[in-house]
Amino acid sequence: MDAVLELANVSKAFATHKAVDDVSFAIPRGAFFSLLGPSGCGKTTTLRLVAGFEAPTVGEIRLNGERIDLLPPYQRNVNTVFQSYALFPHLTVQGNVEFGLRNKSKDANPAADKVRRVLEQLELSGKEARKPSELSGGEKQRVALARALVLSPEVLLLDEPLSALDPQLRQQVRAELRDLQKKTGVTFLFVTHDQEEALSLSDTLAVMRAGRVEQMGAPQELYRKPRTKFVAAFLGDINWISGVGVRPEAIRITRGAEPGSKMAVVSATSFLGPSAHVTTTIEDGTRVTVQVPSSDGPYAAQETVYLSWSATDELRDLK
Amino acid sequence: MKRALPLYALGAYLFLHLPLAILAIFSVNASRFTIWEGFSLKWYRAMFADRDLLESAANSLLIAVAATILATIIGTLAAYALWKKASPWLAGSLYLSLVTPEIVTGISLLAFFQWIFRYLHLRLGMHTVILAHVSFSIAYVVLVVIARLRSFDPALEEAALDLGETEFGAFYRVTLPYLAPAIAAAAMLAFTVSIDDYVITSLVAGVDSRTLPMVIYAMARRGVNPVLNAVSTVVVAGLGALILISERLRRTA
Repeated sequence: MDAVLELANVSKAFATHKAVDDVSFAIPRGAFFSLLGPSGCGKTTTLRLVAGFEAPTVGEIRLNGERIDLLPPYQRNVNTVFQSYALFPHLTVQGNVEFGLRNKSKDANPAADKVRRVLEQLELSGKEARKPSELSGGEKQRVALARALVLSPEVLLLDEPLSALDPQLRQQVRAELRDLQKKTGVTFLFVTHDQEEALSLSDTLAVMRAGRVEQMGAPQELYRKPRTKFVAAFLGDINWISGVGVRPEAIRITRGAEPGSKMAVVSATSFLGPSAHVTTTIEDGTRVTVQVPSSDGPYAAQETVYLSWSATDELRDLK
Repeated sequence: MKRALPLYALGAYLFLHLPLAILAIFSVNASRFTIWEGFSLKWYRAMFADRDLLESAANSLLIAVAATILATIIGTLAAYALWKKASPWLAGSLYLSLVTPEIVTGISLLAFFQWIFRYLHLRLGMHTVILAHVSFSIAYVVLVVIARLRSFDPALEEAALDLGETEFGAFYRVTLPYLAPAIAAAAMLAFTVSIDDYVITSLVAGVDSRTLPMVIYAMARRGVNPVLNAVSTVVVAGLGALILISERLRRTA
């Protein structure tokens, strides 16, 4: 594997707590790699360690095989898209995108070409003279991307770049982000607390908890074969039935008894658009949520139903 | 009530500004007494003929400009350091220097200079006045600049570092432009407090460093002199313009 970025046993301790605890991973060149976890799990600190805003307490960070954890941020060929975008308010779109180039090359013309190309790519042509305060949320985000990508970083670091957008826009921008990554071929290190974002965008994702990487792998693998209850629950809804995990969409609901099915009583149905969640209670008192197509049912409260699922959908032996 | 309020406001403004208006009116009065005898600019002519006044005005301007430049640089950097280190205690101690009575500040500076001069063999003069003005202007500069810094997103400096700037470059290309309106407002405030200071200045001035307020005070003690009306009107008009500009800057900031 041609790893562009490697973290080897990296820890970061602050005065009061250990934010990052013995984290190791390697990102292949051109991959979309996500760090997923709840707030305070250390994912943003990990990103800041790579960017150079924090120094690791122990461990090494290597870019193209060379140690960078001792270098200041301005000597690392990685660039960041900040959660707040951090666009310079006194500069125009053009000024923001040119900002980093001024430090890189003395030659004016190729730089101007580069700026124009990246502005075009991010559909910002014609908005060069605007100030950040005159841009929409989506435009600001694209300027933040353009400002970083124009420097052709080895790795682009993205700190929850979609969280400041409206939910409707977020879906669209998510798809654009994926396209952009494929088109530019730049390695993305993406930090998010949104499991849907991480699952839909990543080639590889690492679920973090309390400073440690809990599990790492392809999205499908993590969803289907989580090693811990935390990962299983963080990546999607799950029912715990007699110590075994079953996802709501894996359960079949029928009105008549079938061999091996469990009897349950419906307590409520919530409509979610394309699907609906039926909340039921089985004989031992455990609540079980079942996902059904919304054309199914309707299931009335107190109605008796039967639940069944295949043994291959059971998530067993989770820690 | 709705009618009373504007009247009340008018009354308050009259109380505040009527004395200044009367000052301005009598500065163009032909009589030297407080009876209107017709328009005349003779007190302004007399003002420009008075060498004491002109020399002290020149001293005052020189001191104010020098003190403003020094206090603005030192105060801005101090504000930046206080903001970076997030030190509420140090920032709070600045208020102490604002509420200290001028006479106390003046005496303490005088004692300080005398103590230092015992080793340096220097005398009171322009330099001591400038240092004293720098010393009491810094607090104003810090407070104005730090207020602006409170709305500054620290991620902006990180973004500059991320895009290849050094710490100094980040400050110069990102933080400083953001602070510019506040720094300009702070400089004007420093200038105004410097140019009209009497108490502290009179304590630390030497023979060569009489300032405009000192000369005006001495003239006023010798009796009514309409030239003072003219001088005061010019000072009020000049400082008024500065305050207006500084307020404008602070608000657009």
